[in-house]
Amino acid sequence: MNIAAAVNESFANNSNYLIRSAMFVYALAFLAHLAEWVFGGRSKVAVQSAALTAEAQAEQDAAEAARRKAAQQVTVKTAGGSTVTLERPTVVTRASASDRGIEDGPGAAGGSEKGDLYGRIAVSFTVLAWLLHATGVAFRAASVQRAPWGNMYEFSTTFGAVAVGSYLLLLALKKDVRWIGLFLTTSVLLDLGLATSVLYTNSEQLVPALHSYWLWIHVSCAIISGAIFYLAAVGTLLFLFRDHYEVAVTAGRAQDGRWGDIMRRLPSAATLDKFAYRMNALVFPLWTFTIIAGAIWAQAAWGRYWGWDPKETWAFITWVAYACYLHARATAGWKGRKAAYLALIAFACFLFNYYGVNIFVSGKHSYAGV
Amino acid sequence: MSITEKSEREDLGAAGAQLSTAPADTLAETPALGVLGWLRWMWRQLTSMRVALILLFLLSLAAIPGSLVPQHSDQLKVDAFKAKHPTVSPFYEKIGLFHVYSSPWFAAIYILLFISLAGCIVPRTWQFVGQLRSRPPHAPRNLTRLPAYSTWRTDASPEDVTEAARKALRGRRFRTSVTGTSVAGEKGYLREFGNLLFHVSLFGLLIAFALTSLEKAEGGKLVVEGDGFVNNLTQYDDFSGGTLYGADDLQPFGFDLDSFDQKYATSGPEKGTALEFKANIHYYSGTDGKPVKGEISVNHPLSIGGEKVYLISHGYAPVVTVRDAKGNVLKSIVPFLPQDTALTSVGVIKVPDALGKDGKPDQLGFRGIFTPTFALDSVRGPHSSFPTLQYPALVLNAFHGDLGLDSGAQQNVYQLDTAHMKQFTDSKGQLVSKAMKPGDTMTLPNGAGSLTFDGVKTWASFTISHQSGNEAALVSGVGAILGLAGSLFIQRRRIWVRAVRAEDGVTVVEMGGLGRSESARIADEIGDVALQLLPDAPVRPEGEPPAEAGTPADAEATADAETTAVNDDEGARA
Ligand code: HEM
Repeated sequence: MNIAAAVNESFANNSNYLIRSAMFVYALAFLAHLAEWVFGGRSKVAVQSAALTAEAQAEQDAAEAARRKAAQQVTVKTAGGSTVTLERPTVVTRASASDRGIEDGPGAAGGSEKGDLYGRIAVSFTVLAWLLHATGVAFRAASVQRAPWGNMYEFSTTFGAVAVGSYLLLLALKKDVRWIGLFLTTSVLLDLGLATSVLYTNSEQLVPALHSYWLWIHVSCAIISGAIFYLAAVGTLLFLFRDHYEVAVTAGRAQDGRWGDIMRRLPSAATLDKFAYRMNALVFPLWTFTIIAGAIWAQAAWGRYWGWDPKETWAFITWVAYACYLHARATAGWKGRKAAYLALIAFACFLFNYYGVNIFVSGKHSYAGV
Repeated sequence: MSITEKSEREDLGAAGAQLSTAPADTLAETPALGVLGWLRWMWRQLTSMRVALILLFLLSLAAIPGSLVPQHSDQLKVDAFKAKHPTVSPFYEKIGLFHVYSSPWFAAIYILLFISLAGCIVPRTWQFVGQLRSRPPHAPRNLTRLPAYSTWRTDASPEDVTEAARKALRGRRFRTSVTGTSVAGEKGYLREFGNLLFHVSLFGLLIAFALTSLEKAEGGKLVVEGDGFVNNLTQYDDFSGGTLYGADDLQPFGFDLDSFDQKYATSGPEKGTALEFKANIHYYSGTDGKPVKGEISVNHPLSIGGEKVYLISHGYAPVVTVRDAKGNVLKSIVPFLPQDTALTSVGVIKVPDALGKDGKPDQLGFRGIFTPTFALDSVRGPHSSFPTLQYPALVLNAFHGDLGLDSGAQQNVYQLDTAHMKQFTDSKGQLVSKAMKPGDTMTLPNGAGSLTFDGVKTWASFTISHQSGNEAALVSGVGAILGLAGSLFIQRRRIWVRAVRAEDGVTVVEMGGLGRSESARIADEIGDVALQLLPDAPVRPEGEPPAEAGTPADAEATADAETTAVNDDEGARA
């Protein structure tokens, strides 16, 4: 334990500079994303949306239209050393029931080169900002010689870094997620803005109840869970919009305005839905673990593993709400939009547990100075 | 397509059924006549996914008020709330809002949920066992109807292709079953197992919870530096037993508080914030065990004699010497209770045996505050500005008369009942009150005696708690996580391969796969299996005349097929 560790002022100051610089670069990334949306593929709007309508029509006429082909070439070396080129058998995939067979949109750039360039610039800025951000968090941790999540300021900055880090990781894994970029940079700016203005707390040590390695485990898991729940929530929200749009387009109602243009470029509702489900399903076990780790910590600190403290209660409510969402996805009549609303409610519970409980409700958890 | 839509679905129905053991949808069902019919209908509704979903949602809603309204476990806050909101409080009380988590309506929700859970787990387990014992279902008639599908023509014989497919699937750890020249393979049973394990673990958690609350016993004890504690009901300041664990079950052990360490931040904006609290003790178990040195700090309880001892709080106990009018001397150490983080503390000193000038009993009582670091301002009056002993002071008012100890009513040692007491006044009629540094003496008017502030000791309070169900809860929790991981990360899926000889003598290989709709990998997997089959069932170039069956044209082809990156649009949609 580094209880008596002197607070290293210069590390703390460096951390503050880094976080502020990161905010500046995030702002540039935000502008670049904005440019990507604004300049990307505007000219093609009318054409594409007409094509989409026609396609949806064709869909209804022939179920076979849902098939997509992916032919592949296979090279097989024979024993003699000569190479014979064979065609790899084609795998045909069919749209599932929840799937309208509508293709993913072309992304924010809308297929335009100029838009794409802006998009790439935005991602580069995001990478740079994230490096500054993550280093800032590391400096903060070094300045207090403990994990950087002892109060709401530290929690918020670390949370933002993990959320952006997860997004960049998905990009690095060649997942098609650049469509989140604009929403992510916006909310990270908000998050950091709130953290540096309202929630700022100087580097200091923690009260004794917070000295525990379970704190490390419990809170780091909570941060990771929250960051991924957040990405899922963005996916869910966009799913609801895009789903609305697809219903309108399939019904033959024209969607030509600016809104239609934005919607057109998003991935299909089915893709967004799957993205959100995968993210949620990925971290639900981690969130379960977070709660259990918290219970173990509570056992050590207060002599009971569960005491219905407001923070514990809201963690439980969040957990049940996500369980509800996962259940809904396996329940007839609850898939799709209804499940999506449940996912948003669950994320709102997570947010309330973080901001609401710390600010409005007093309990054993709220002594870390806001 | 010669097959009608309806029979297509029926075709898939057999092969697609039971990919999970989720109960069937019962939305459209109506109850049969008679009591039994109704009961059966109700049971089916209760154990349906939809009702489980609604109950889960209700559970999360019902948990909310308990986080916003103070709960009976913190009686002080409840009392404060009642005082502040006198109009709504009786209503809140009536509907149990001050003890939500033990209220009948909260219990109703989770009991219904767990009945539903039991009614769900049991049949699902049987069904799962049945699935484990039977073989993967036959290939549907029309494989092209499956979500992922592939076909090609080859010169290899259907039997060879079947055998190769069986091997390939077995090599990928599918359970296979061959009928004629078609192979059915299924994998990912662990998903269902994980899901059942998770739901069973939830039951385990509920039982652990019940155990914990039935057997939990807890008592508090305040110990002054230099004093000790023996685990015996008479020694506790307060004790609450569990239904299954009472005062008679207390284990023999004890400990002495040697000293108490406290450290605080001495600079910075959080000056005065606690850094460390530690009680240094000697403890023994049994009635005459040898004392062992130990320490108890926040987060680090000590386990003695099977019970856990937690450090809860700490404060100061002024040491005073009181003399009455007859010169009788009483020395006492009186714990004062902290009111804020700088340890401004309040307390009372009672002297029940004091005699008046006339030799008749005239009890003395003192009430006031103790400050480790004395400060004075016009708003707060005397208070402490730092929690350590930098400038200790004791500020007291003095009373005499009847302490009310004989009235029979339980008395709080930290409160002075002044109903039958008079406050001392000096010759000018001013109330007697004095702020003392250690060593100072407060002389009572008219020779009624005096009080000397000798010094200060620290005290620490402990919770001694008996617990059970912790291990059960932990095991269930771990089971739940493992089960969840299995349930969410493993995909249960089926692949069928069928090889039939077409009319022109060429073998047609058909392959189809079925997974849950979230699975994007089924298409990749079909592609991989197809690739693995190519050496045994090479694709027949289009347009060649039908060769005699069984010519293994490229049988030599080795399996180190190099493919360009598997490109499938499902992947891109991932
Ligand atoms: C005690 C409260 C319950 C909780 C917290 C809970 C939680 C969950 C969770 C998180 C899943 C998602 C796992 C997955 O998608 O594979 C799930 C799946 C499932 N639950 Fe529950 N559950 C509860 C009660 C019930 C009840 C009462 C039933 C019976 C009606 C039930 C039946 C199922 C089934 C059949 C699945 C698997 C669905 C599928 O095959 O995808 N659960 N549950």
